[in-house]
Amino acid sequence: MNNTNKVQIAIVGAGPGGLSAAARAAELGVSHVLFEQSPAHANTIQKYQKGKHVMAEPNVLPLRSPLRFEAGTREAILDEWARGLDKHAVNIRYGSEVTSISGSRPDFTLKLKSGEEYHAETVIFAIGMQGNPRRLGIPGEDLPCVQNTLDDPGEYSGEVIVVVGAGDAAIENAVALAKQNTVFILNRSAEFARVKEGNLNLILKSVEEGKLGCYYNAACVSLTAMPGADRPYTLVINTDNGEAVVPCNRVIARIGAIPPRKFVESCGIRFPSPDPAALPVLNERYESAVPGLYVIGALAGYPLIKQAMNQGYEVVEYALGREVEPADEPLLAKKFANLPFRKSVSETLALMQQRIPLFTEVNSLVFRELLLGSAVHVPAKGEAIFRKNDYTNSFYTIVEGTVEIELGAEGGPSRRIPLGAGQFFGEMSLLSGRRRSGTVYAGANCVLIESPRRDILKLMNSADSVRKVIDQLFIARAIQTGFAPGVPFDQLNSIAARAELKRYRKGETLFAEGDEADRLILIRSGSVSVSRRIGEHDVVISYVAAGNYVGEMGLLGKTRRNATVRATVPTEAVSLDATAFEELLVRNPALRAELETTMQKRFASNARMRGSDESGDLISFLIKQGLGEATDLLLIDETLCVGCDNCETACAETHGGTSRLDRAAGPTFANVHVPTSCRHCEDPHCMRECPPDAIRRAPNGEVYIQDNCIGCGNCERNCPYGVIHMAYAPAPKPGLASWLLFGAGSGPGDAHAGAHHGHAAHGAADGKPKAPKKAVKCDMCKDQSGGPACVRACPTGAALRVSPEAFVEFISESAVGR
Amino acid sequence: MHQSFLQYRGKRYLWWALSLCFVAVLAYAWHQPVSPPNGGTWLGYTLGTIGALLILWLTALGVRKRSYQSAVGTVQGWVSAHVYLGLALIVVATLHTGFQFGWNVHTLAYVLMMTVIVSGLFGVVMYLRFPERLSANRSSQTREQMLQEIADLDQRALRIAANLPAEFAEAIASNRDRTRIGGTVLDILRGRDRSQVSLAGDDGVLQVVPNPAQEHMLEWLGRQLSRSTDAERTRRIDELVNLMASRRSLLRRVIEDARIAGWLQVWLYVHVPITFALLGSLIAHVVSVFLYW
Repeated sequence: MNNTNKVQIAIVGAGPGGLSAAARAAELGVSHVLFEQSPAHANTIQKYQKGKHVMAEPNVLPLRSPLRFEAGTREAILDEWARGLDKHAVNIRYGSEVTSISGSRPDFTLKLKSGEEYHAETVIFAIGMQGNPRRLGIPGEDLPCVQNTLDDPGEYSGEVIVVVGAGDAAIENAVALAKQNTVFILNRSAEFARVKEGNLNLILKSVEEGKLGCYYNAACVSLTAMPGADRPYTLVINTDNGEAVVPCNRVIARIGAIPPRKFVESCGIRFPSPDPAALPVLNERYESAVPGLYVIGALAGYPLIKQAMNQGYEVVEYALGREVEPADEPLLAKKFANLPFRKSVSETLALMQQRIPLFTEVNSLVFRELLLGSAVHVPAKGEAIFRKNDYTNSFYTIVEGTVEIELGAEGGPSRRIPLGAGQFFGEMSLLSGRRRSGTVYAGANCVLIESPRRDILKLMNSADSVRKVIDQLFIARAIQTGFAPGVPFDQLNSIAARAELKRYRKGETLFAEGDEADRLILIRSGSVSVSRRIGEHDVVISYVAAGNYVGEMGLLGKTRRNATVRATVPTEAVSLDATAFEELLVRNPALRAELETTMQKRFASNARMRGSDESGDLISFLIKQGLGEATDLLLIDETLCVGCDNCETACAETHGGTSRLDRAAGPTFANVHVPTSCRHCEDPHCMRECPPDAIRRAPNGEVYIQDNCIGCGNCERNCPYGVIHMAYAPAPKPGLASWLLFGAGSGPGDAHAGAHHGHAAHGAADGKPKAPKKAVKCDMCKDQSGGPACVRACPTGAALRVSPEAFVEFISESAVGR
Repeated sequence: MHQSFLQYRGKRYLWWALSLCFVAVLAYAWHQPVSPPNGGTWLGYTLGTIGALLILWLTALGVRKRSYQSAVGTVQGWVSAHVYLGLALIVVATLHTGFQFGWNVHTLAYVLMMTVIVSGLFGVVMYLRFPERLSANRSSQTREQMLQEIADLDQRALRIAANLPAEFAEAIASNRDRTRIGGTVLDILRGRDRSQVSLAGDDGVLQVVPNPAQEHMLEWLGRQLSRSTDAERTRRIDELVNLMASRRSLLRRVIEDARIAGWLQVWLYVHVPITFALLGSLIAHVVSVFLYW
């Protein structure tokens, strides 16, 4: 055994976490080695698009690492790290793939692909989640024309390029390349499944318009170099119509990556569940089940660069057997400063975990992370935590004291349900994405943890125990609210445990007319349409939003369904078996009478909702336009609209020069026109995958974009209604006098110079825009007094905004009223 | 919940306007001046002041409409009041004149004012009459989309014509290039189709003929169709006929769209400039009255 091959700390993976750990080890003068399988450091960031802005979230977290890091371009960050590696003389081995790790502290054996062997006292695992890119698996796959990544689509022009793959990356690459090249995309199956809706539309449109070629059901057979030929390579593919030969310059393989999990498990690291999203089991010092084997970074569940770098520092301290206060300690201490008791941060965390059964089984690192994103409140007695119909969706747990939940119809009688320490609330809005169903008041000596929705959803995905408890309570509370307010909770819990949660695709049938009615269905998220067969046609008679029930008659007697219920958007529904409910009815004879009254009322209100055929057609039309998920829809009454476009002008004038609505575009039915304008969806498509989390929802429902938008365009692609677009910030307008007297700039109501989206007008003289484009969309004029400018500026009263509560009224008025 | 500007808030401003007219007429009937009724009596001055202030306020709609940040009522409310109080001005101003007209700057102001009011009334009629037709004609397409569709049809037709003798492609291309929509204001308002097409006659000589509603184009294709003996050729010509028929209806819709939009706008070109002329003559009227009367 070679002495140079023995180190104190071996680090696998030179991402932000691994680099930081190696630099810390180097700084301390500890013998170390850092293995990186690619030829450069921070491979994932190297693969980012040229000039991409990398963020340093979370902003509040201080950085603790020998390497420097702040938000900036990909190039600046990579250069800075390269300098740091030089400065600390980090022992980094590029092109070294570790194939196995065995042993435990103090003697690990690491085998490399090259056959070399290393020995280390401790091992730090920082390989990230990217995995290794899948290869084509055909003769010629190693030719230099094959690549797994695409830095800058603008680099290539006039080439014939084959993009292999049918995922988001493949589509984005293919479409970007098609601007300057002849591009073929190779899809192994017959359609593009499992891609973002925006990308699906993008690729189908591009193929349809002939911008790029597409082979379905196609597989690569071989790739050969053809020196001297018109195109230097030839790719042979197998299609439905036999073999095809494609002369090309380049093949881009975007066929995914092999997830690292298998390799990780082979090293002895355990996972709590087979769920691919599950995180490895670690103690609070990032140590796995194998003593001396540490896991940090994305693989440990910390996808952010700064977190990983801090962990790199901490884990080296731990590996050396030293104590270190985590970098987030002061942040947590500050959060806990208001607490009525004085304890250290870790004591407080332990106390919270112990007091709240929901979190007891959660990994303490994960819990710490959750608290870091959460707020700790000490509200005064009687203070409202949130109010009914607020659009907030955070989740609350009670550490100490009590709260009271006030439920009940508006104007009607209300009930107050007390909750004590260890319990939680806010799960309705958390799960459905809809408005608050009740008002919560703080009791005496109350201490609450408020966690953001996405952190809790993440937790539910990784910790089964949490998911189960929240799911069950959601159902029990929903039954209690809707049907059995007098029934004690423990009785409902047994029913809830037997309820079934099902997911439905858009358009899928929940139950059909004529089916046996044997269960109640509670819409947890999404919404459904209710339709009946009248003659030859399916006529939609109403729509039901999340948090409500359908098929309630199924609970009382054996009947048949008198209507068909379909999901209008992807929907989650809980179905409750009638037999489970029957037990409850037997135990509580009074409940049956109560239930009958409740249902009678519900039938009456359903009947009101059911209008004529015409209104049914209008509902169907509006559902197609997004009514199923809208919270506020801009409609134009075409009997009144004179086409003056004052609405668009007003929008542009009040929003820095870019109108967020296109009046003329969009469909019309029965004189109701739905212009291209934001629907403010219940569960906004645009809010998914926003890297800087710049799209927010205000408590009263408006979905708006903050200034920290980086212009990535994800939201534009994800919006099914095409209401978001990317625009340059326009030149500021001159004052009225200087415009009128000196002709400066553009006048009131004129289009702003440089406001045209799609053109690099602003500051484009040198060919490069000065500022990136940013996403713009309707923000419901949240900063304007007097409400939406489009409606206020309409001279004839044609423009109106309708909320779901007003849909029914509007529909009956439109269909019958004229 | 939503209503036309005429129905705004239960026709609130209609009642205001009627009350104003009623009071004015009552005062006029009750008032017995020494001289015959005219603008110089105390009632004449009162009505004149009310009228002038009304004119200024009515003009202010143009400012309010462009004050997009303003929260002083809604534009719809302003329009509603503008219409009703503008009509009331007929009564107020006429009573102010005491029915004394002549060839002078005072009557000029009156005539200009009436022109503005009549043009405005015309606008109201247009606003009531046309929106529904505009929408029905568009049937969920914007004008740009219709034009784009016409361009697409032409592209497809050219592709088909590529497999037919050269005169077909020439005809389709000239049909595309010589399509003329719009023109003078009158052309637009009358919905005239000034398109032409150059077609090869039986002698092979190209001739430019007017082609409103694709008439000659279709006729020419029909003639070619009837002469075709080849099945494949017949099929292609038939396809062209279908495309050109779609083109005709699209073109009609575009022209109709422009026509309606024209009627919805044209009155403003009278209403607004004459308002400014009115303001000028109103100043002349007021100044001359105070200086020289």
